[in-house]
Amino acid sequence: MTLLATAIPGSSNNGYVAAAYIVFFAIVLIYVAIMALRLSRVERGLRELNERAGTPAMRDEVRQDGSGRDETHSQARERETV
Amino acid sequence: MSSRTFHPMNGRGLRALSIATVAAIPIALALVFFYAPIEAEEGFLQKIFYLHVPLAIITLCGFVLGGLMAIMHLRTRDRSWDLRSYVAIHMSLIFGVGTLITGSIWARGSWGHWWVWSEPTLVSFLIIMLLYATYQPLRFAIEDPERQARYASVFAIVAGAFVPLNFLAVRLSTEYLHPRVLGSSSNLPAKMAFTFLVSLGAMSLLFATLCSYELTAKRTRMLLKARSRTLGFR
Repeated sequence: MTLLATAIPGSSNNGYVAAAYIVFFAIVLIYVAIMALRLSRVERGLRELNERAGTPAMRDEVRQDGSGRDETHSQARERETV
Repeated sequence: MSSRTFHPMNGRGLRALSIATVAAIPIALALVFFYAPIEAEEGFLQKIFYLHVPLAIITLCGFVLGGLMAIMHLRTRDRSWDLRSYVAIHMSLIFGVGTLITGSIWARGSWGHWWVWSEPTLVSFLIIMLLYATYQPLRFAIEDPERQARYASVFAIVAGAFVPLNFLAVRLSTEYLHPRVLGSSSNLPAKMAFTFLVSLGAMSLLFATLCSYELTAKRTRMLLKARSRTLGFR
């Protein structure tokens, strides 16, 4: 804190500098928070998928119709939009 | 999912990139506030320059990069290039908003106005931002994925070519108030130039890391949707 105090001279412009850096870090923080929310949604989806695929009835159903194969990554990409 | 199968959440080099970014940003901030000298004319307000200018440079480079990736998409028809182009433009828009806000704060402190309409640098940057603001509505107005990717790529290439042309046009204009940072007229002292370069490096790392996270998240979501469909789930 002492270091910071010596680095920042007394000036009426200090507020503008602080505001610019705070705004920038707030934007980054908001973006990271949105990413974290999306990630938690993906994790929930993955958990649900695992639970549903893990039930014996579903496993039999998947085995019978032969669609139990995973789509490859490129196939998945091909079918999806951003 | 076994450890041998593709796991998009791991993302290639994501951890190393994140660590480098987390290390670079405090270093850049330390240099800005404790190493770089206080500018004689503007005083402490000039410290905004180490944030605002790298943000602006990364934004414009991101738009050009988006255009180059779009060229790769049209040449190879590989949809992953379209996704990369989309992410680069998306992230540049976020950085662009940061540029406009920090620039306005600096203008208020230095010129006494939040915005000066007669200043070509400001207005040209706003025009670029408004141009790219139409990218996402255009993209998502098209339902067919193939057409969506193709049209978005064409837009990214045309708009990406406009960015350097616009930059050059502003540079060639004689009347301006906006200070020049790069070029022979800038006369930046060594300590300031070093701090500026470190800040630019830190911002580039942040941009690359956020793009990488966004790409990884998008690929994971796509994979999850595809697997849900394969297993017959909605």
